[in-house]
Amino acid sequence: MLEELPSGFPLLSVILFLPLLGAVALWPQRDADLMKQSALGVAGLELALSAILLYRFIPESAAMQFSERLNWIPALGISYHLAVDGISVLFVPLSAFITVLVLLYSWDAVRDNIKPYLMSLLALETTIMGIFVSIDLILFFVFWELMLVPSYFLIKLWGVGESREDAALKYVLYTLLGSVFMLVGFALLSLNYHHVRDAYSFDFLELLTVPVPVGDQLIIFWLIFMGLAFKAPMFPFHSWLPDALVQGPIGMSVVLAGIKLGTYGFLRFSFPLLPEASTNATVVMLVMGLALAAIVWGAIVAIIQSDFRRLLVFSSISHLGFVVLGLFSLNFQGVQGGLLQMINLGFTTAGLFFFAGFLYDRLGHTQVERCGGLASKMPWLATVLLIIGMASIGLPGTNGFIGEFLVLLGAFQAHWVYGVIAVSGVIFAAAYFLWYYERAIFGPLGAMVPRVLPDLTPRESGIAVALCVMIFWIGLYPSPFLRTMNGSVQEVVDRLSRGSVANHGQARLARSVPPGPAEKDD
Amino acid sequence: MSDLLVLLIPVLPLIAALVNGLLGHRYAPALAARLAVGAVGLSFLCAIAILTGVLSDPTPREVIAYAWIVGGALHVNLGFLIDPLTTVMLMVVTGVGLLIHVYSIGYMQGEDGMTRFFVYMNLFMVSMLLLVMGNNFLVLFIGWEGVGLCSYLLIGYYFDKVSAAKAATKAFVVNRIGDAGFLIAIFLMFVNFHTLDYLEIFARASELSTSMATAIALCLLVGAVGKSAQIPLYTWLPDAMEGPTPVSALIHAATMVTAGVYMVVRSHTVYDMAPVALATLGMIGGLTALYAATIGLVQNDIKRVLAYSTVSQLGYMFLACGVGAYIAAVFHLITHAFFKALLFLSAGAVIHSLAGEQDIRRMGGLSRKIPLTHAVFLIGVLAIAGIPPLAGFWSKDEIMVHAFAHHHYGLFLMAALGVLLTSFYMFRLTYLTFYGPSRVAPDVEHHIHESPPVMTVPLVILAGLSVFGGLLGAPPAHVFPGFLASVAMPAGAVSPVEDVGAAGIVLLVVSVGIALVGWGLAHYLYAVRPGMADDWSERYAGAYRLLLNKYHVDELYDAMVVEPTKRLGQLWDWIDRRIIDRVVMGIGRGTNAGGAGATWTEKHVIYGGLNVVGYASHCVAWSWRKLQTGLVNHYAAVIVIGLVLLVHVLLVWVTSTSVL
Repeated sequence: MLEELPSGFPLLSVILFLPLLGAVALWPQRDADLMKQSALGVAGLELALSAILLYRFIPESAAMQFSERLNWIPALGISYHLAVDGISVLFVPLSAFITVLVLLYSWDAVRDNIKPYLMSLLALETTIMGIFVSIDLILFFVFWELMLVPSYFLIKLWGVGESREDAALKYVLYTLLGSVFMLVGFALLSLNYHHVRDAYSFDFLELLTVPVPVGDQLIIFWLIFMGLAFKAPMFPFHSWLPDALVQGPIGMSVVLAGIKLGTYGFLRFSFPLLPEASTNATVVMLVMGLALAAIVWGAIVAIIQSDFRRLLVFSSISHLGFVVLGLFSLNFQGVQGGLLQMINLGFTTAGLFFFAGFLYDRLGHTQVERCGGLASKMPWLATVLLIIGMASIGLPGTNGFIGEFLVLLGAFQAHWVYGVIAVSGVIFAAAYFLWYYERAIFGPLGAMVPRVLPDLTPRESGIAVALCVMIFWIGLYPSPFLRTMNGSVQEVVDRLSRGSVANHGQARLARSVPPGPAEKDD
Repeated sequence: MSDLLVLLIPVLPLIAALVNGLLGHRYAPALAARLAVGAVGLSFLCAIAILTGVLSDPTPREVIAYAWIVGGALHVNLGFLIDPLTTVMLMVVTGVGLLIHVYSIGYMQGEDGMTRFFVYMNLFMVSMLLLVMGNNFLVLFIGWEGVGLCSYLLIGYYFDKVSAAKAATKAFVVNRIGDAGFLIAIFLMFVNFHTLDYLEIFARASELSTSMATAIALCLLVGAVGKSAQIPLYTWLPDAMEGPTPVSALIHAATMVTAGVYMVVRSHTVYDMAPVALATLGMIGGLTALYAATIGLVQNDIKRVLAYSTVSQLGYMFLACGVGAYIAAVFHLITHAFFKALLFLSAGAVIHSLAGEQDIRRMGGLSRKIPLTHAVFLIGVLAIAGIPPLAGFWSKDEIMVHAFAHHHYGLFLMAALGVLLTSFYMFRLTYLTFYGPSRVAPDVEHHIHESPPVMTVPLVILAGLSVFGGLLGAPPAHVFPGFLASVAMPAGAVSPVEDVGAAGIVLLVVSVGIALVGWGLAHYLYAVRPGMADDWSERYAGAYRLLLNKYHVDELYDAMVVEPTKRLGQLWDWIDRRIIDRVVMGIGRGTNAGGAGATWTEKHVIYGGLNVVGYASHCVAWSWRKLQTGLVNHYAAVIVIGLVLLVHVLLVWVTSTSVL
């Protein structure tokens, strides 16, 4: 069982509920500026607290740290159990960072109904934090579902597209559809626990201690897979993503593109709880196939997009393919690269969505054929867009390179064919981004471009600089980030090779029902 | 102390780039230029200091800046390796780089965005220095892609020109194809050695099987072919001439494009074990040398002629590597850096004096008006044509002797024919530009002027290097091969100049003879019988147009790669919108339900989910109205209870059926 380090001060609970409290505190306020300032203050405090969390976190350790536990529904073994390890700890400051930037971005960009917007955003932050700090499966699931509520309203009420209402509903339905499967998967895990220990439990750490028969693992794996694949979204479960990201408000697109919940789930639950299923040859081949399809499909479809945001959607699908590819390489470099790449996308893909927002605010659209020559009007915007774009396509010296390199190295070690196919994504990525840049930013000034176009405002520059700092920090000196992950990544990789407890004969399972047909896969 | 010197070499231009990039808008471009040039000058001085150290002690020495990527078995330092090969490259990069930086002060005078230009140039220097100084393949790769980025930025320097913007994208994307090959080679090396450090890999290279060595060498070759513009990935380089002329001189002639050659020589231990890869390398080099030269015969843009000549000369370097003459390849790399930088910069001076004119059909008779430029250009031409005792003669002769001595007679013939073509098109260029009647546009004619000293001084220095640079490697002293022998000598090889003995003298005479024939032909066609060339181009119109249109390779690539990719993208986009979008829901329902359960699932799960959402949204709307009465908690409770119930229902459902 993983070592658990309890926390004297309930730091995670504070981090978890601070944004929600902030949202509630906004309620009586009337002055729009004051509301923005308080929301930003709360988000800033949240960021500071997450920075403290990261600072106090012990690197190179696989332990679950800052653990807090309260009983919730003891009959079903459901508890309020929070903790972070090397896999989840970086997502906490990342989410806080993105929320701060989204609030900064929304300062002028969102004018209508600012109060419910800010409240939804802060509530969303709480649910996202909940997803990353919960290690009880049901608690996790509750936040996973609750996240839909503010998201739904953000897309529906503050979306910029014509069909934002449909997009909102589609997003919610798709995710719900997937999560039903996931919930069944969780329930089966708990049932299995009940067979062994004669009690229900949804506690991740407790579930780790009981073996799961391989046949059941496969069923549970695919059930959980459905939930994660829809949320991530993995190819071909992605069709809600273009709608949600193009129709929704920029702030929501940033969050959805930048915070990789779905793939986090693989690393958090699927790998440790279902190691035999995760390493099953058929499973790996299928998932790797989907990942490669996503990489190539996403990148090639991105090439021909005429709308920058749609281009980013497909680039995002392609990048997610890299993440999955790295994870299912099932070796140290791959898993670490996949995890780092999830963090990276919070700076690069999310950053590009901010720039789509900057362009949208100035031009009223993000269509490439109605742009052209923007560099001459907005050199600073053009420069930073290029930096973030280069990070997104993995130029050495930026964070994207470290992530992609590790992922590709991992994939190559898994099988060279995976590596070779995935490398082609690197070429297509350069093609779609630079072709866009050539047509929209370079070239003569477009006929439909307004004569007066202000360059980045100080607030926008702040967002740009913050993103660039992270991009170069991780790109040039990734050690602090890698060190944070090393322990937990090693633990996951060990567990994948060791298998669940069953194979070591520490506990044989008393089965009341006959084994499933998939068991012979072992 | 000398470790600090090593670190300073790339750091100085980096500091200048950062200062100019972040603060440059606050002061005059002239100051930015001085800062940029000063930084490169200091780097050059550091490089000289390193050279003196290496001359006295050529043992390879590693300098580690810091641990870059550490995790699991992977440990990559940001580190540098100082050995004779690095030192030679350092001298070329900082030395020629410095001269071109100085020249740029004059050339870019009055351009908009001069500060931006120098920021990019300094960044280029940083990347190029990382490329040649790195102690492992990943640092080489940072530099490799870094120079690609700077090349992109500088080709697109006049970004409001459509052609420049297109050329920039093309250069980067084509290079990325090569980079992908390079990456695969890196992965293969890591899988085999669990390290990327040069010294360890080359020390343990014998552990590789021949097929693995061949695979690595061929993947590296893909990278080299992209960066050094060889067949089939050469098409970006001629288009890259859209950049300002100093950029063409520095990046697209003297330094960046030779990175492929450097990389092959650096990893020659692997190539030595892979005869197939070596043969491929030599064949690509020979073909490119000849092929690019034929296109150069008929081009009318002064810079494009030089660009094809660069492709062709790089072919010679590849050819040299292919026959195992790594030292000769590096020797040619150096002399080429001298004379090609000279040619580009003096072409720049011509363009500068003609107010931007690049078409040689609208030049002519310039030798009297800009005599100094004419003189240095002529030196460059003599050098590249292989007329003794200028630099190009020695290095090219060295390559041909090696090809002959190692019995690669096919490659030798290609090289010899290439000499003929090179000599012809370079003298054609000279005659059309500097001699004969003036065809300059009248409005430009009256203000043709010699360039300012800040441009001509670097030209004169480069001309001097083009004349005397060859003596470094000339017999009988062979100073240069001796210096490089410890790092670039193929296993078991002896200097073949002694081997061939008297044949060497014959070869030497032959190669000079061929060059003179090319010169004579150009003289006849463009000086003695002007007009005859036009007759020929009409008589052989088909062949002429084929060459003029560069064998239609760009169009071929467009039709075979670019357009199909776009069409595939459109098709897939359509499928994405029309099919996947609709099918996923269906599949979801299908798998979920499984036959008879479909209706049940639809009713209870999907609609149930819908209801939850509907109810939730209702709750939220409601709670927003009545938030102060604490109904948010109520709402949360409802959701939680709903979920718990859902879990319960599912548990019951699952246990009552025999899924498990």
